[in-house]
Amino acid sequence: MYRASLASPVDFEGWRTQARRFASLRIPPADIIWQVGEEKADLFAEDSPALPSRAAEARVVKVPKAFMQMAERAICHRDPQRFAWLYQLLIDLQANASALSDPLNEAAGWLKAADAQIRRDAHKMRAFVRFRKVAERDGRDVFMSWFEPDHRIVRHVAPFFVQRFTGMDWTILTPDACASWDGKSLTFAPGADRSQLPGEDAIEDQWKTYYASIFNPARLKVGAMMSEMPAKYWKNLPEAELIPGLIRQAGEREGKLLAEPSTPSNIRTSRMGNFFADAPEEDLSTLEGAREAASQCQRCALHACASQTVFGEGPSDARLMIIGEQPGDMEDIAGKPFVGPAGQLLDKAFEAAGLDRRKAYVTNAVKHFKFTPRGKRRMHQKPNAGEIDTCRFWLDLERSLVKPDIIVTLGASALRGVFGKAAALKDHRGAFSDLGTGARLIATIHPSYLLRLPDRARAAAEYEKFVTDLARARSLLDVAQHSVARLRAERSK
Amino acid sequence: MAKKSLIDRLAILADAAKYDASCASSGSVKRNSMKTGGVGSTGGTGICHAYAPDGRCISLLKILMTNFCIYDCRYCVNRVSSNVERARFSVDEIVQLTLDFYKRNYIEGLFLSSGIIRSSNYTMEQMVEVARKLREDHHFGGYIHLKSIPEADPALIEQAGLHADRLSINIELPKETSLKAYAPEKSGAVIRTAMASVRKGIDDRRTDIKERAKARPKKFAPGGQSTQMIVGADASSDRDIISTSATLYTGYKLRRVYYSAFSPIQDSSADLPIIRPPLMREHRLYQADWLMRFYGFEQEEIFEARRDGMLDLEIDPKLAWALERRERFPVDVNRASREDLLRVPGFGTKTVNRILTARRHTHLRLEHVGKIVRSLKASRDFIQTIDWHPARTLDITDLRSRFLPKPVQLELL
Repeated sequence: MYRASLASPVDFEGWRTQARRFASLRIPPADIIWQVGEEKADLFAEDSPALPSRAAEARVVKVPKAFMQMAERAICHRDPQRFAWLYQLLIDLQANASALSDPLNEAAGWLKAADAQIRRDAHKMRAFVRFRKVAERDGRDVFMSWFEPDHRIVRHVAPFFVQRFTGMDWTILTPDACASWDGKSLTFAPGADRSQLPGEDAIEDQWKTYYASIFNPARLKVGAMMSEMPAKYWKNLPEAELIPGLIRQAGEREGKLLAEPSTPSNIRTSRMGNFFADAPEEDLSTLEGAREAASQCQRCALHACASQTVFGEGPSDARLMIIGEQPGDMEDIAGKPFVGPAGQLLDKAFEAAGLDRRKAYVTNAVKHFKFTPRGKRRMHQKPNAGEIDTCRFWLDLERSLVKPDIIVTLGASALRGVFGKAAALKDHRGAFSDLGTGARLIATIHPSYLLRLPDRARAAAEYEKFVTDLARARSLLDVAQHSVARLRAERSK
Repeated sequence: MAKKSLIDRLAILADAAKYDASCASSGSVKRNSMKTGGVGSTGGTGICHAYAPDGRCISLLKILMTNFCIYDCRYCVNRVSSNVERARFSVDEIVQLTLDFYKRNYIEGLFLSSGIIRSSNYTMEQMVEVARKLREDHHFGGYIHLKSIPEADPALIEQAGLHADRLSINIELPKETSLKAYAPEKSGAVIRTAMASVRKGIDDRRTDIKERAKARPKKFAPGGQSTQMIVGADASSDRDIISTSATLYTGYKLRRVYYSAFSPIQDSSADLPIIRPPLMREHRLYQADWLMRFYGFEQEEIFEARRDGMLDLEIDPKLAWALERRERFPVDVNRASREDLLRVPGFGTKTVNRILTARRHTHLRLEHVGKIVRSLKASRDFIQTIDWHPARTLDITDLRSRFLPKPVQLELL
């Protein structure tokens, strides 16, 4: 029998050095007696024999990181067999490095259970320590607390209190050990008793008032409270003395609320009446007025789920108008058209075609985002014919206010938005038609179509076609510009 | 009228805040006071410092700045037409209360909400000022949750996000029609737009962090945003509620939607039901919400067999779904994918992780599964292991009744 002595009940370093030496010499767990201090642990213990000097056969002892972290915590456990359990697991780990996650390994089972208990105990200490202010010293508040943890966790938990209550001096007294912080260093002292805690702190009355007021008597669930705040903690919680009374009165208080006849409105409402003035009259003669009116639009059901109306954007005298289908997820969040992936592609194509997006008026056939929630995302849904037709009201308004020379429609929905009836993109693409409003139309695809093409070669070819369409819009703009200039020149003669 | 004492106002303004279910102080950045020499730390999971007899945790000092309000939302105890006693805190009083409570380890931080006084912007400014003072004048490192006022100027929301860990805006009622009827001054669209601007702030911060574009990423509500819906005040079905949740989760990346069973309020409005809070319904909604967020369920699946759009109150929604979809069971614990294991009644996400780890070591027998889950009662009829098969159990027409709580004998009068 070998005897291993540890300096204190939580002497992890002592356990570690001795366990390492025993394990490297393959000493079986049953041959070791672990004890705290030097006294003989049991009646029959003899003096510990010298360890065999088998240095040649000594092995290197290795453990997974998780074991070290858990073992350091488990040393705080009150189970007298903790050192033996940890050593048993250490030996098992030498034979099987993943013994820790083996559901059949008994020592691993003990460690996991002990670790869970320690963590819960530590969590409850972080939660239920209640400080009382006892003095002020050199401009710093001095606080004290008395707490009774289940296990020997003071050293393990103290750093949390240092990091949280750095700016005050505090002492936590417990039966096993005490921890103190003075703003510079953390010190430990032997255990104390409750009598060292001063009895008064005026703020406790405020706390109790808060505790009683935040409780909802109509939701009494005593079991739920007891499972998280077991009665063993109550004696050190100032608010706990209120619990029996609150429970006793809950039924009566709820009954009163249920029996109370509901009251007619009080007089103050009528005075508030003119606070919420009616919405101002709509002014649809300017783009700003139209934008304001559209922000309240409820003409179709799409407003009920979208964040906001995404109205067109760009100079009110733009000569080029770009019409897309509808806002997507990012546009809905930002409240602006074409800011997502399709918008970035559009910017790139604009540049390739020699156009400046900032000079164009960019809008959509439908002004609200239509989607369906899937998992963690909103999946875009195509607007239907009815939604496009309803939203034409706004598109027509934008067209009549901006009066562009050239309109570029992106995709089939935009085409329908312009024509007011179904139109196939392939019949209109490439050619440009006169819309009779003095504007010319160029129909092309929607950039999101390019993003969906899986075949890269084909996507590149389609992108080129898209740029060609935009370039055609640019040359038309140039021609129009040119004829305007010529007209002006003739007039000035 | 003499000014009420601080403690009297605390009673009024905490009472007025108790209808907000949110108490989370989790999900923010790691922070401590070692550098500032102040008080306060956050990181990882929040701490519940106390529990009230209603089973709810007390983690934050949850108070209203004032319960005066110019709105008249019928379901709200603080609506303008209610005769409830009114009070107001000053900015400095809230700051002091928060610090006093925090230093005694009563709380993790502050959750500040308010009735709307004077104007939305004025109210928001005052609340932001509380957060600013705590952070800048007192180096407070604890958790701050601010309620955003929907119509407030976006610049104020940006300020709020700079100081607060979390922002929330309560949608309160799931349907636009209910909002119109019960909260005439509130608009779902305005609330969603406000949520959108908070999401944008959060997204921009993430982009900053990801691209390391700036030495210091923009500070903005690292604990995300949340909202709350009241259950049982209007006629909305569970399906309406969950479908609104799905819309909000996906649209605004909410950390949480809280469900709050409608509680009878003092001086309640005549057009609302006077009921005991439907706590079980609230509980089932939370379960359905978790199925969507952590178990890969889509909202349609949860309600596919519920014709009236209401969840089964007697059994949990996962079990209800499994009983309708028996052809998918038994699931082989040793072979099934994570997705299929997550669909087994009684298996939580932790259980599934443990099973996936354990089966790398050995072929699992029923007793091994029994060690991993707390109880086999819910799951044994839906799984198979190398030594267990539920055989014909899944064909029993009345399988549901096995899972109901035992009937209780009533007392003789």
